[in-house]
Amino acid sequence: MIEVSHLTKQFGDFTAVDDVSFAVATGECVGFLGPNGAGKTTTMRTIAGIFPPTSGTVKVAGHDVAREPDAARRKLGYFPEHAPYYPEMSVDGYLAFVARAKRVARKARHEHVERVVGACGLASVRRRLVGKLSKGFRQRVGLAQALLGDPEVLILDEPTSGLDPEQVSEIREVVKSFRGRRTILFSSHILSEVSQVAQRVVIIHRGKIVAEDATEVLARRLAGAVTLWLRIDAPLGDARAAIALVDGVREVAEQGGRLRVAAGDEATVRRVSQLVSARGWPLLELAQEALTLEEIFLRLVREESDRPRDDGRALAAGAER
Amino acid sequence: MLAVVQKELVTYFSSFLAYVVIALFLALSGFYFYTNLAFFLLNGGFDLVRGLWQYQFHDMLQRNIFLLPLLTMRLFAEERRLGTLELLWTYPLRDLDIVLGKYLAALIVFALMLAASAIYPLLLLPSHVDIAPGPLVAGYLGLFLIGAAFLACGTLISSLTDSQVLAAAATYAILILFWAMTWNEFAVGAPVLWILSSLSLFDRFYTFARGGIDTRDVCFLVLFSAVFLSWTLLALGSRRWRGVR
Repeated sequence: MIEVSHLTKQFGDFTAVDDVSFAVATGECVGFLGPNGAGKTTTMRTIAGIFPPTSGTVKVAGHDVAREPDAARRKLGYFPEHAPYYPEMSVDGYLAFVARAKRVARKARHEHVERVVGACGLASVRRRLVGKLSKGFRQRVGLAQALLGDPEVLILDEPTSGLDPEQVSEIREVVKSFRGRRTILFSSHILSEVSQVAQRVVIIHRGKIVAEDATEVLARRLAGAVTLWLRIDAPLGDARAAIALVDGVREVAEQGGRLRVAAGDEATVRRVSQLVSARGWPLLELAQEALTLEEIFLRLVREESDRPRDDGRALAAGAER
Repeated sequence: MLAVVQKELVTYFSSFLAYVVIALFLALSGFYFYTNLAFFLLNGGFDLVRGLWQYQFHDMLQRNIFLLPLLTMRLFAEERRLGTLELLWTYPLRDLDIVLGKYLAALIVFALMLAASAIYPLLLLPSHVDIAPGPLVAGYLGLFLIGAAFLACGTLISSLTDSQVLAAAATYAILILFWAMTWNEFAVGAPVLWILSSLSLFDRFYTFARGGIDTRDVCFLVLFSAVFLSWTLLALGSRRWRGVR
C-alpha cells in the first residue's frame, strides 16, 4: 500500500506539494488527477523515492521512502511521464538490464522478463530496438519495466499521454489487467480516463488535495453542473424567458444568437428539450458543453469553501485526515 | 552496479561510439609511432626509453585529451535528455552504483583501447631489439591513470548538463586548461609556480613516460579521479533540493 502523510515538497521558495495526505489500500487502484503543474508528478516522484520530502512521510508497502529507500524501491514499479527509453537498446536487452538493476535473482530473470513481455503484449517486437517502435509500443515497454521484479506498488504517471485513441484504450486495458493484484496510483489530467480505470480518485490542484472520493460519487457531484448551448428558430427573448422558468435551470443568457443554459443535471436537460419540442420551436442546435478540467477544479474548490467544515467527505483540507 | 556497467558497455558498442574512438586512437597512435620510430632511427638512437617511448607516450596522452571526452560526454547528459536518469533513480541502485557503473564502463573501453595500442611496441619484437618491459608498463600505467582522471572529469561535466555537445566542449576546456597550466610557469613567481605544478596533471606524466613510477604521482591521479567522482555524486544528489531537471 501507499501512505502519504502531510507531504510537503519545496524547491527553493517554490512549494510544489503542500501538506498532502492520502492513502492507497493494498490492491486498490486510485486515479490521481490534476491539471498540468498541479503537483502530480512531484508527488509521484517523491513516492518513487527520486527525492525525499521536505517534510512529512511517504511509505511504500510499509517502508519509509526516505529512511529505507532500498527496501521501498524493491516494492515499487514506476512509470515516468513521457515513458523515457534508451533508443539504441533492444526490448529484450533493455528488460534484461532492468531486471538486473531491480536485483531480480539471476535464475528468475528470464521468467520475469517472459512474464512482463506477455502481460504487456511485447512478444512481436522483443528483438527490435526500442527507438524504432511506435509510441504505443514504447509506452508498453515503459509499463513492462515498471512491472519487472513483481512490485506490489505501481506508480504510473500519465501512462496514456500523447497516444492516439486506440493506443490509449490498449494501454488502459493493460493497466486494468493489473488491478486487484497490485496497489496502483495512476495519474492523468483527463477525468473520464481515470474514472474508467480507477475505483477512487484523488484530485490535486496547486499542490493541495481538493477532493478525494469514489469515482461514481465524484462523477455524480460533477454531473450537477451541465452547460447547454441552444440554437432555435424562434424569438430568443421569448425562449429565454420560458426556459428560465424550467425547474432546475439556474441561468439563461444570450450569446451570439444562441442561448447558454446553466442546468442543474441531466433531468433538467430533458425538461428543457421537452419544452422546446412542446412549443414547436425548430431546434437547430443542442450541445452539451463538457467541463474543462480547470472548471472542475474551480467548482470543487468553490464547493469546498461553501461547505460546512465538519463534512467528512470534504477534503479541501487534506491535513484533516 | 554491474548492471549499469553492462548496460553502458552495450550502449558504447551498439552506438559505434566505442569503435570510432578506438579506431581513431589506434590510427593516430599508429601514425605517431611510425614517425617517432623513423625519427629515432634517423638519429641513430640507442636508448629506447628516452629516444622512442617517451615521445610516443606523450603523443598518445595528447590524443587522449581529445578522444576521452567523446567517451564521457553522453554518460549522464544523454540520460538527462532522454529522461531515463529519473527511472534509474527508482531502481534499487544507489547513486554511487550509477556513477561508478558508468565510470567503470568508460574505463573498460579506455583500457581496451590502450591494450590494443600495445601492438605497436610488439611490432619491434621481430627486429631482435632488446625491449625492457618495465618502462612500457610504467608508461602505460601513467597513460591509464591520467586517462582515468580525464574520464572522471568528463563524467562530472556530463552530469551537469543535458547536452552532449556542451559536455564534450566543457571537458575539452578543462583538460586543455590543465594541459596549458604549466606552459608559461616561469613567467610567474615561485609560489604560483609551486601551486600550478602541484596541480598539473600533465607534469605528473614525465616520470611515467621515462619509465618510472612515483607513488606520489599515482596517489595524486587516483585522488584526482576520486574527487571528480564525488563531485559527480553531489551533482546527482542536487535533485533533492532542485528537483529533476
